Amino acid sequence: MPFRLLKYALKKEHPAPRFFKSLETPKKSYDVVIIGGGGHGLAAAYYLAKDHGITNVAVLEKGYIGGGNTGRNTTIVRSNYLTPEGVNFYDASVKIYEGLSEELDLNLFYSTRGHFTLAHTESAMRTMRWRAEVNKHVGVESRVVGPDEIAKACPQLDLSCSGQAPILGALFHAPGSVARHDGVAWGYARGADGYGAEIYQNTEVLSIDVKNGKVCGIKTNKGYIETKQVLSAVAGFTPRITEMVGLETPIVIHPLQACVTEPMKPWLDTILVSGSLHVYVSQSSRGELVMGSSLDPYEVHSTRSTLDFVEGLTSHMLDMFPFLSNVKVVRQWAGMADMTPDFAPIMGKTPIEGFYLDAGWGTWGFKATPISGKTMAQTIANDSAPDLIHTFRLSRFEDYELTGEKGAASVGH
Amino acid sequence: MKLLTCPVNGTRPLSEFIFGGEFRTAPDQNTCSDADWAAYVHNRQGAPGDKKEWWYHSPSGTWFIAERNTLTDKVSRTYLLADAKKADVKKVAVKKAVVKKPVKESK
Ligand SMILES: Cc1cc2nc3c(=O)[nH]c(=O)nc-3n(C[C@H](O)[C@H](O)[C@H](O)COP(=O)(O)OP(=O)(O)OC[C@H]3O[C@@H](n4cnc5c(N)ncnc54)[C@H](O)[C@@H]3O)c2cc1C
Repeated sequence: MPFRLLKYALKKEHPAPRFFKSLETPKKSYDVVIIGGGGHGLAAAYYLAKDHGITNVAVLEKGYIGGGNTGRNTTIVRSNYLTPEGVNFYDASVKIYEGLSEELDLNLFYSTRGHFTLAHTESAMRTMRWRAEVNKHVGVESRVVGPDEIAKACPQLDLSCSGQAPILGALFHAPGSVARHDGVAWGYARGADGYGAEIYQNTEVLSIDVKNGKVCGIKTNKGYIETKQVLSAVAGFTPRITEMVGLETPIVIHPLQACVTEPMKPWLDTILVSGSLHVYVSQSSRGELVMGSSLDPYEVHSTRSTLDFVEGLTSHMLDMFPFLSNVKVVRQWAGMADMTPDFAPIMGKTPIEGFYLDAGWGTWGFKATPISGKTMAQTIANDSAPDLIHTFRLSRFEDYELTGEKGAASVGH
Repeated sequence: MKLLTCPVNGTRPLSEFIFGGEFRTAPDQNTCSDADWAAYVHNRQGAPGDKKEWWYHSPSGTWFIAERNTLTDKVSRTYLLADAKKADVKKVAVKKAVVKKPVKESK
């Protein structure tokens, strides 16, 4: 790195470095076409090349890369889930994240903060104990802590929550982290591009050709592309893509909103989540408080923001931190969350040959970006899903083998 | 503030309502296949468009049907399930009125 910097400094011209080639028109055919240039699609392209040597790959993005939920999320990375299968899967992702800045040669601002899920009721405490035991069993660092330890980690927190909902304890998860979300998309894009994969922005998939139950090509706004393997990694747009191939899924779309305050000096080291108060918060490296809540209460395919959301969220924030009453909210936004009934993703093969699905990421998919890219690349390369994601297969619904993660994913994303 | 019209209590703030999901009719459990039943239990029409949905006005405990576009979030009409037939009649009447309007104005 220092040498590159020196070479750059001695040069006369300093063109802005590009992360990936600016390409206009896709080729006539590819071995694999990936729909969606979010973190998941780009990571899949990267691992297809790196792990499997498959580089004749196009990533098609209808807007700009990372402009979907990847660039809209609140970047919490954790593995303190409820099912052993889920904990194993997300733990594998956390492990890749820990070395990802190095691997992609890009500072992702990956910052391990510790993560507290606050419990205000006895029944919440029970869920925390349950999660702690499952986590420990799988080898993930989570434990139940009392109010003392919470106060030590965050002395600014009003433990009585304005007398409304006194905190009884919390699930503490040491590996809980935050990261720079769009950096993850850019890093994977640069990596995939370096291996020869092609990334096309402003390129929208309009329909998918399926003949005799097999994928044979796709129509885009930039022409027809022949391909036998298509990965759909479009998060909030998934029902529109599955409709193109006539595939039914349980996925419905609800907006998920978030907001940030004006920047402050650093005071909040940890990530805090309260299921009862529908709040989660962390402080970004820029000093803003990044805050979110649970899903919008009804289905809409839209990224509009609402006043109801900030009002509800900030009133609960003030229960926890009364001293913030003069701090302003400066930005608010939304993404479209692709929700499943069991709060677990849908990954792997589908009844249509050559059509692979990476979806149902709802409010929790940012943390899974590396591992889902890796396992979907494996699925495409071998035309068979690895054991790690068996629990997330689409056919689990037909088998009534749901992967119940609601208790670990409904507010703390 | 967003508003929704309860067929019994009139137009009220949206915060008084709870979304009950897509209006669906169950297949006959005695004759349908296991796969069809599982699809009915789990699968939804998730793509955007005009939808018939259950909504609940919680202060009065009223369940009713709303026809809403899930892309634009525009509600075209709401009615009680029992009045579904009447609502169809109303829709025709409304249409007629719209057609008549320009004639009236030209008078
Ligand atoms: C407010 C909010 C907070 C969240 N917080 C967290 C969190 O703290 N932790 C966490 O783990 N997860 C969180 N999530 C969830 C997470 O953001 C997503 O699950 C994840 O980013 C999904 O990544 P993706 O690459 O699959 O999809 P996206 O990043 O949405 O990418 C999909 C892309 O597909 C493109 N596309 C769609 N249709 C087409 C088409 N027809 N042709 C071409 N391209 C198309 C879109 O333009 C988009 O760029 C949050 C989500 C939101 C909205």
